[in-house]
Amino acid sequence: MDSKIFLLIIGMGIVTYIPRMLPFFLFHGKELPPFLQGILKNVPYATLGALIFPGILFIQEDITYGLVGAVSAFILAFSGANIFIVILGAIAVLTGYSYFF
Amino acid sequence: MTEAILRKSIPEFRRGVQAGIGIGIGYFPVALTFGLLAKTTGLTVLETLLMSLVVFAGAAQYIALSLISLGTGIFEIILTTFIVNIRHFLMSASLNEKTADEHPAVKAVYAFGITDETFSVAATRDGTVTSGYMFGLIFVAYSSWVFFSGVGHIIGANLPQVLQESMSVALYAMFIGLLVPSLKKNMKIAFLAVLAACFNTIFTLSEILSSGWGIVTATLLSAVIVEFIEARKKQTGGRADG
Repeated sequence: MDSKIFLLIIGMGIVTYIPRMLPFFLFHGKELPPFLQGILKNVPYATLGALIFPGILFIQEDITYGLVGAVSAFILAFSGANIFIVILGAIAVLTGYSYFF
Repeated sequence: MTEAILRKSIPEFRRGVQAGIGIGIGYFPVALTFGLLAKTTGLTVLETLLMSLVVFAGAAQYIALSLISLGTGIFEIILTTFIVNIRHFLMSASLNEKTADEHPAVKAVYAFGITDETFSVAATRDGTVTSGYMFGLIFVAYSSWVFFSGVGHIIGANLPQVLQESMSVALYAMFIGLLVPSLKKNMKIAFLAVLAACFNTIFTLSEILSSGWGIVTATLLSAVIVEFIEARKKQTGGRADG
């Protein structure tokens, strides 16, 4: 193995691990102020919004492609489908879409 | 004592595994392509596997490949990785509020497996997140990531193009599948997600912020603004609506 690549991988691993691990030590057994707790409880849903948009629009060059995927996943999820159905359904719709367009 | 803990954590581990299957499916095309790209970048199969084993962060690994092929220095690539992955700090801080009491050493182990996807699944779970659940969830996600990185390199070929393209929606569909049920029940959640989506779209399209910072900033802004509005509503009206 190239020692430079090896060093690079170890370095990347360390700087990725630290932000993942640090909060569990920093905030261990500490009761945070309610306002801060509220913010942290909001984070998951805000993160999901930011992870979905605009990323999903750019999965292929054609923006409609991503939009079709987004809309079909949303409809499936909204109708109460299980998460696997949402994932596989969106894949199926897009597979069909590229055959027809 | 340990037996009692084990008896309790095995079903939780299993629940985590079940919840992780969606991530396993979603990682499959992404990891496969990563393996393939790593090969064309000139990494050996061992280096490719090691990177997936040690780093376990999709976006950063892709960026690293393109920087390697550009001949960028090690230090710059590591710094870029740090910046791209700093968003996990916010995710771990948020998850820490929801996880079961546990020795920090145990949390430090599963902290390694916190990605956008494992975080999203765990954080939207009803109730407390146990350590057994986290280990099950991460086990599936991590195995899929590492295994298919290797497969992509060894086979050196992609899925049929139509499938490769359509499977690129998998992780996004999963995010939507996690978000929508909560969003249906609660206007506040809908507001949080839409606001963050708008901010991140503005940051991305205007190229003000790189994608790592864009997600962190959009998330924080949305979470703070919504919390601020909540707090004010409680203060002024004292009414229990909203």
